[in-house]
Amino acid sequence: MVTFFIRRTIGAVLMLFVVSISTFLIFFGLPRLAGATPETFAARYLGRTADAHAQQLFAEKLGFYDPLWLQYWNWIKAIFVGTDYDYGTGIEHCAAPCFGYSFRTNHPVWDDLVDRLPVTFSLTVGASILWLVGGVAVGVLSALRKGSFFDRAAMTGALAGVSLPPYFTGLMFLYFFSYQFDLTAPGGTYVNFTDDPGEWAFSLILPWITLAMLNAAAYARFTRAGMLDTMGEDFIRTARAKGLHERVVVTKHGLRAALTPIITIFGLDVGLLLGGAILTESTFGLKGLGYFAIDAINKQDFPQIMGVTMFAAFFVVVANLIVDMLYAVVDPRVRLS
Amino acid sequence: MATRTDTSAPEGTKAPAKAIEGRSLGRIAWTRLKRDKAAMAGGIVVILLIIMAVFAPLIVSWFGHPPNEFHQDADLLAAELGGLPRGDFLFFENSGISGDFLFGLEPQNGRDLFSEIVYGARVSLLIAFLATLVSVLIGSAMGVIAGFFGGMADTVISFLMNVFLAFPLLLFAIALVGVLPDTAFGLTGNSLRIALLIFIIGFFNWPYIARIVRGQTLSLREREFVDAARSLGARGPYIIVKEMLPNLVAPILVYATLLIPTNILFEAALSFLGVGVQRQVVGEPGVTWGGLLSDAARNSVVHFMFFPGMAIFITVLAFNLFGDGLRDALDPKSKR
Repeated sequence: MVTFFIRRTIGAVLMLFVVSISTFLIFFGLPRLAGATPETFAARYLGRTADAHAQQLFAEKLGFYDPLWLQYWNWIKAIFVGTDYDYGTGIEHCAAPCFGYSFRTNHPVWDDLVDRLPVTFSLTVGASILWLVGGVAVGVLSALRKGSFFDRAAMTGALAGVSLPPYFTGLMFLYFFSYQFDLTAPGGTYVNFTDDPGEWAFSLILPWITLAMLNAAAYARFTRAGMLDTMGEDFIRTARAKGLHERVVVTKHGLRAALTPIITIFGLDVGLLLGGAILTESTFGLKGLGYFAIDAINKQDFPQIMGVTMFAAFFVVVANLIVDMLYAVVDPRVRLS
Repeated sequence: MATRTDTSAPEGTKAPAKAIEGRSLGRIAWTRLKRDKAAMAGGIVVILLIIMAVFAPLIVSWFGHPPNEFHQDADLLAAELGGLPRGDFLFFENSGISGDFLFGLEPQNGRDLFSEIVYGARVSLLIAFLATLVSVLIGSAMGVIAGFFGGMADTVISFLMNVFLAFPLLLFAIALVGVLPDTAFGLTGNSLRIALLIFIIGFFNWPYIARIVRGQTLSLREREFVDAARSLGARGPYIIVKEMLPNLVAPILVYATLLIPTNILFEAALSFLGVGVQRQVVGEPGVTWGGLLSDAARNSVVHFMFFPGMAIFITVLAFNLFGDGLRDALDPKSKR
């Protein structure tokens, strides 16, 4: 058990390392190949008006003349132990999880990320509960009544659901529910949970439904397939043969076995969304991590882009790790492999 | 092996004597597919979409106006409403839908929405098909290598697959499209963008194919015909190409078909976020359904969101229906 945990943790750290190298190479290696010089990097901080001398001075200070591996090392070091920036006008200390400063606003990237997290977190938590409960319920009912009208209707709906892009459903929802009938909050509204839980839910209801619809459809399909497989297994027949109530057979034996792969996907999906529900956030103008990422990319703000990418990858890797470990606790077969 | 139908009835039931004809897997799959109405409908829509994309200029010349033509006459666009088109149709208020403009007009600039939708199929299908091809090539190669050789190769490739699955893909794709220069590899503008999008979307989706191919290869490797080939002196490459690949075609075909709709959604998402193919005013218009939707988000007129969204929806749904049907038809375990 312990060796399994240690091995998985090392794997996760290795994964983050690979992601960080790729991210770094894409933003600091690729532009070099495409002809960018240390001065052009410095110019991003200084703005286009700065003269050549100032650019050179700045590039020197920010270490853009160093070899790539040293730059990477400094970037990683800053994340763990923080770093000091010498701007000439005085030394500025950037504390431990230091992802540098934005090119444009000179804000520490970490602070921005932490600011944006609650929005994305609220969106993800609400939507994930909706889609997990809805998707699994529909999937189980469909599997139990295979071939019935409900099954066919639900599966047709689910296939339509996975084919609908969230930005389309989101826009239509906004148009009808908010703009035409004035039932929900308009796009771009967000109220902190701590300020007013009612308003918070009201402002997020449409994004929740939009995001949940897409995933609920996929989960209904997974659950149905999984349930159909499990309900044909021998242990289900055994459970029935020993006279268990059908409800117990379905929930305790069937569903429990069918749910494990669903939980894996669920962990991955939640991890992925915590790094920014890009499409839903940009459709509804929610200023979460996804919106932040798009904004950073459009403005070519490298420290912000790298920060948000690492942040997002971190969530995915950690979510994976948690799911794996839960698995090992719940299912003894996993530990042995 | 599902190369022959199992017509041996249990003893005593006395099945009517019928000539048993050997049918290939392809024939069986085709008869099954023909019976699946939903899949056939999906397939027909897919073919129509491809025809629409290829003959876009012709279709537009028959039923619409060129996509780069601006119709801003006062009787079409209402200046007092901020450039919204005149004329309602059903619940499409201010859409300008008429016999002349089947899907209405774009607000403000007055382009024919119908022809833009038709042209949008070009970018969407081109990128989705070629990106799928890239994924299939990389994924099959990686999957076969991992599954067939096992050991170190398998460990490395499986780790790589996990890394790719852990990446925030959309974020990465957007960032990549964003940092690359305007001119590279002798291509500029939209040609470069299309090439990049194909490569990026294809490159990020290979693990899905590789995972399937690896699993299939693992089980095929242990089969007798592979042992037979090996005992006859065949080497790795020969066994892979001549013995394994024919058995891998069916699963690869199915998952490639199911990857196309994912790629269509991916491309549309990138276009919606403004990093896809860019709209041109002259020459090949470079219209994307995702791009139209993002323009529509800035105007609250429903037809402008409805038609591009439905175009994406119908295309993706058609591919999904067809892919699901194909999977059922090619799966020997299928209970039909």
